[in-house]
Amino acid sequence: MSTELHQPTPALESGTATALLRFATAGSVDDGKSTLVGRLLHDSKSILTDQLEAVTTASQNRGQEAPDLALLTDGLRAEREQGITIDVAYRYFATARRRFILADTPGHVQYTRNMVTGASTAELAVVLVDARNGVVQQTRRHAAVAALLRVPHVVLAVNKMDLVDYAEPVFAAIAEEFNAYAASLGVPDVTAIPISALAGDNVVEPSAHMDWYGGPTLLEHLETVPVGSDPSDEPARFPVQYVIRPQSAEHLDYRGYAGQLASGVLRAGDPVTVLPSGLTTTVAGIDVLGKQTDIAWAPQSVTVRLADDIDVSRGDLIAAGAAPEPTQDVLATVSHLHERPLRVGDRVLLKHTTRTVRAIVKELPYRIDIDTLDRVPQPESLQVNDIGQVVLRTAEPLALDRYAVNRHTGSFLLIDQADGTTLTAGMVGEAF
Amino acid sequence: MTTAADILTSESYGNPYALSHLDALEAEAVHIFREVAGEFERPVILFSGGKDSIVMLHLALKAFWPAQVPFALLHVDTGHNFPEVLEYRDRTVAEHGLRLHVARVQDFIDDGRLRERPDGLRNPLQTVPLLDGIEKGRFDAVFGGGRRDEEKARAKERVFSLRDEFGAWDPRRQRPELWSLYNGRHSPGEHVRVFPLSNWTELDVWQYIERENIELPAIYYAHEREVFQRSGMWLTAGEWGGPKAGETVERRLVRYRTVGDMSCTGAVDSDATTVADVVTEVAASRLTERGATRADDKVSEAAMEDRKREGYF
Repeated sequence: MSTELHQPTPALESGTATALLRFATAGSVDDGKSTLVGRLLHDSKSILTDQLEAVTTASQNRGQEAPDLALLTDGLRAEREQGITIDVAYRYFATARRRFILADTPGHVQYTRNMVTGASTAELAVVLVDARNGVVQQTRRHAAVAALLRVPHVVLAVNKMDLVDYAEPVFAAIAEEFNAYAASLGVPDVTAIPISALAGDNVVEPSAHMDWYGGPTLLEHLETVPVGSDPSDEPARFPVQYVIRPQSAEHLDYRGYAGQLASGVLRAGDPVTVLPSGLTTTVAGIDVLGKQTDIAWAPQSVTVRLADDIDVSRGDLIAAGAAPEPTQDVLATVSHLHERPLRVGDRVLLKHTTRTVRAIVKELPYRIDIDTLDRVPQPESLQVNDIGQVVLRTAEPLALDRYAVNRHTGSFLLIDQADGTTLTAGMVGEAF
Repeated sequence: MTTAADILTSESYGNPYALSHLDALEAEAVHIFREVAGEFERPVILFSGGKDSIVMLHLALKAFWPAQVPFALLHVDTGHNFPEVLEYRDRTVAEHGLRLHVARVQDFIDDGRLRERPDGLRNPLQTVPLLDGIEKGRFDAVFGGGRRDEEKARAKERVFSLRDEFGAWDPRRQRPELWSLYNGRHSPGEHVRVFPLSNWTELDVWQYIERENIELPAIYYAHEREVFQRSGMWLTAGEWGGPKAGETVERRLVRYRTVGDMSCTGAVDSDATTVADVVTEVAASRLTERGATRADDKVSEAAMEDRKREGYF
């Protein structure tokens, strides 16, 4: 790498260059999740006066004296009337060091579907447990979903420490049990933090009651956990979204391939393979949104110009390094998202990166009981919220990576051909 | 040549390739624009001349450079627009060689399809001309500048939001959105609203305007204006229906945080004359922009949700 890559940026000098962390929270109202989210937003001064006023008024209308912070996140009339959360809600807050996008996933029947959705884009998942109950079945399910979606960092927030006299042995036993389970699932990084969301211990401010804990508060951890992977360790993957041909007098012969790098670093001069055709060429140049450059990396949106005039269109993958072998046979772990079940013989559409192809469900080898991780062989169908393995045959070859290696080129959706409903989320390869 | 200026210091984040939050949000929004260009027949950008739609257009220009933006613009004209904003709109359209469609609320009032409300608010009347404009233009994807941080019903909105033939938003019918895989399939008569700024906050928008040096209509910056107070907000005196008896006009130093219909968009007291001043002001503000400036959101706890169900953005 040239040394100029390490120069401070003008944006950093003006104080605007903070990194972005996407994270998800998992837990039920009983674990104090709404209180925790409310505490994070409130103590980081992200709840503004008119929002707090609206919550206070709404709480009083319901006969509650104190403002109910759960009303901040339960946005829809139907949710407030029924006291449930229908959907993933996205929350935004910032500190001087980072900008955060929080996917707040609810804890009722549709749980698995919503948590899978929230975890799909998360770089960190906060799993909440009640210190009085320790690791319960739901905790194991949350850990399994985080592991399945390959969320790189997991935080175990042991909540309600105030109700167990802030006792270290209680925390240590829960953390030990969870660490062992997470390790068995292949979760690469677990950080356990003892907190009280209600009292505010170790959420934003360090606790005055737990001298024995020397680690960061939850917010400190969120501010310092490494964001993103190192693209220089990964082969470049560039799904083509759109072909840019201005055909103007000024840019008569310009032909560029627009896309967002799914992984890796791409440089001018790099030899690349276009998939599924297998044609090879080199990168002639890269335009980053109007500026010519000679290097780009994930997740930048750029336009790539190629040295040779070969046939490339939307849905193709420009790959550097070891290129995947295009295949029409897909083995994947799926999370079924819709009330309409998935059965052997179903004809569906498969959307992978920028390519959508027809596919047939050939086999359902097993369903995974997400609470026990037991495999139930040859299920009749996959129902909503089920996790299982599928074998698909596609009408056209796809350039797939294993999901464990690449969350973008290893993921896909199954879509109903008739009405366009999103049925299933797929991850190429074996679970766990 | 390289974009070294976009990289954070490795000392700070341990990764020389880390993107700043503005770069990450920009990359995501550009990806969304290109997905729509690749998958839809007739997309259109809803363009009001407000800062969010101006940022959307700026992103679209970057996404397709050096080619033209492959979309037209659609403006729902309430008839109570700020003249500075209309002037900005027409100049921008001419500068970039864009096509502009205008759907006028006044036309619908004139021919009896809409009736003026007793309170004079015209924002709630936008939905019918909007849906008519979408149908007439046969648009299948409509970009809106809505952000999830604006309002709690919008916090549950998808990036690709499926609307039926009545333009209605049904939260229970929305598709789960995973990774960066957006499902834009729709039946004839249906369309998809697309929100490229879903994950941006008001502060991000202003920081981006500052970084990219984007010109805005002058009313976003502090200026002296004849205003009067209604429902705790400063409204511009003018021919649209204010002030009423008992409301006194005074001259104040104000700016607009949002730009919508004059009948329901309030100005805030401000001496922020530059984009840097505004960034500082927004970062320190204790009110959300809609809470500070929008009368139509204060009607009820679910005002926005109800309007979205009727086909509003």
